[in-house]
Amino acid sequence: MVEVKEPNPEFTRKVIDAGGKTVNLCFQCGTCTGSCPSGRQTAFRVRKVVRRAQLGFEEDVLPSEDLWLCTTCYTCYERCPRGVEIVDIIMALRNMAVRKGYMAESHRKVAELISKTGHLVSLRDEDKALRKKLGLQDVPPTVFSSAQSLEEVKKIAALCGFDKLVATGGKS
Amino acid sequence: MSKYAFFLGCIMPLRYPGIESASREVFKSLGVELVDMQGASCCPAPGVMRSFDQTYWMAVAARNLAIAEKMGVDGVLTICNGCFDTLFEVAHKLNHDPDLRKKINKILKDATGMEYNGTVHVRHFVELLYRDIGVEAIRARAKSGKNLKAAVHYGCHFLKPSNIKKIDDAERPHVFDDIVEAAGMTSVMYKDKGMCCGAGGGVRARTPDVALKMTAENLKNMTAAGVDIIVDCCPFCHLQYDVGQVQLKEYKIPVLHLSQLLGLAFGLEREKLGLEVHQTKVNLPT
Ligand code: SF4
Ligand code: SF4
Repeated sequence: MVEVKEPNPEFTRKVIDAGGKTVNLCFQCGTCTGSCPSGRQTAFRVRKVVRRAQLGFEEDVLPSEDLWLCTTCYTCYERCPRGVEIVDIIMALRNMAVRKGYMAESHRKVAELISKTGHLVSLRDEDKALRKKLGLQDVPPTVFSSAQSLEEVKKIAALCGFDKLVATGGKS
Repeated sequence: MSKYAFFLGCIMPLRYPGIESASREVFKSLGVELVDMQGASCCPAPGVMRSFDQTYWMAVAARNLAIAEKMGVDGVLTICNGCFDTLFEVAHKLNHDPDLRKKINKILKDATGMEYNGTVHVRHFVELLYRDIGVEAIRARAKSGKNLKAAVHYGCHFLKPSNIKKIDDAERPHVFDDIVEAAGMTSVMYKDKGMCCGAGGGVRARTPDVALKMTAENLKNMTAAGVDIIVDCCPFCHLQYDVGQVQLKEYKIPVLHLSQLLGLAFGLEREKLGLEVHQTKVNLPT
């Protein structure tokens, strides 16, 4: 039996509002997939991601691993003959996916580090020593040197609900 | 003399501080004054943070832009494609969309007391070298470069998306190659030059094996072209090639950030370039 899925324009609308305003311009030529460095190494086909977003197949697209295989290299975006802003669509979908709890633990950890320290890389003693040796300030003049700045960055995370998102990985 | 707010980001100051000291020295010797941005944070990274929450991504970037705006400088200078992408793209959005700026400023003001007024010009260091300093000035200054065959790696977010960045042709660029050649090197053509290093978009953090497969393909193509060195303009691509070669075990091509290459070509002290922390050993003819 062939199962025919009904399009869900409501979800498509959400994608459009979240930055994917060009999603309906896609005519499925596949130039994007043919240009994709990630698709060369994996079964990820970006054309299909765009199609699913266009038809509003939320359950197919949000939980999918494919969504996370894009390196945001913009090659497809540059070459698309219809001017579909593919990376913006992927970003909109990823933002929705994490709010539904589809966030890899490795990603949650990176997000946690930045929301707590303001940087996505830690400052170790060996880094300080090397900086000093090179004639640089051992602690960089960034949030690492200013408690007030760190507070500000944390407040932004709280105001955006980003602290909660990383604490729970989007799972309520 | 031009004066720029120097945006450090994360990977450069914390994992490859040699790129930072080389950049400071190189720009000083070219007459560009760099001023530290006190209290700046992660840009935040376009691949991971933008993927998670675009409002948070823009608000933190707007804080960095607001810090630069208060400094009364000619713009912000970035040494990393990722930092450039975030700061450029968020500045582009906020400078042109007053409603969005209002929305982001509300968060920014509540959290910091600052507002971003939409006036900051975000520069990528390669673009600044090409447009403001010029290839001839670099050629005149570069006396110590050994002629090596270089695989120039542009990375993705220096030129793309090209409709807003408007720096060079995204398919057939030349600005970075021209600078590398002015520094005395030969920029070699290799298969699929322009392909992503593999690390971006959160792929390295989430599926490192997939990232490494893309890196390996680039390394295979560079090796086939007989290159001596890889030259990048982004600490994240730099990390991916430097650490990736150790993980792959097959390749040993020295990786230099353009600031380090110019440091060598300008005859700066090698100790200032931090090459000894590279995991893929940098053995170059002296
Ligand atoms: S290149 Fe553009 S039009 Fe063609 S399939 Fe991809 S998104 Fe659709
Ligand atoms: S931006 Fe993403 S989907 Fe498009 S070509 Fe690059 S990796 Fe593939």
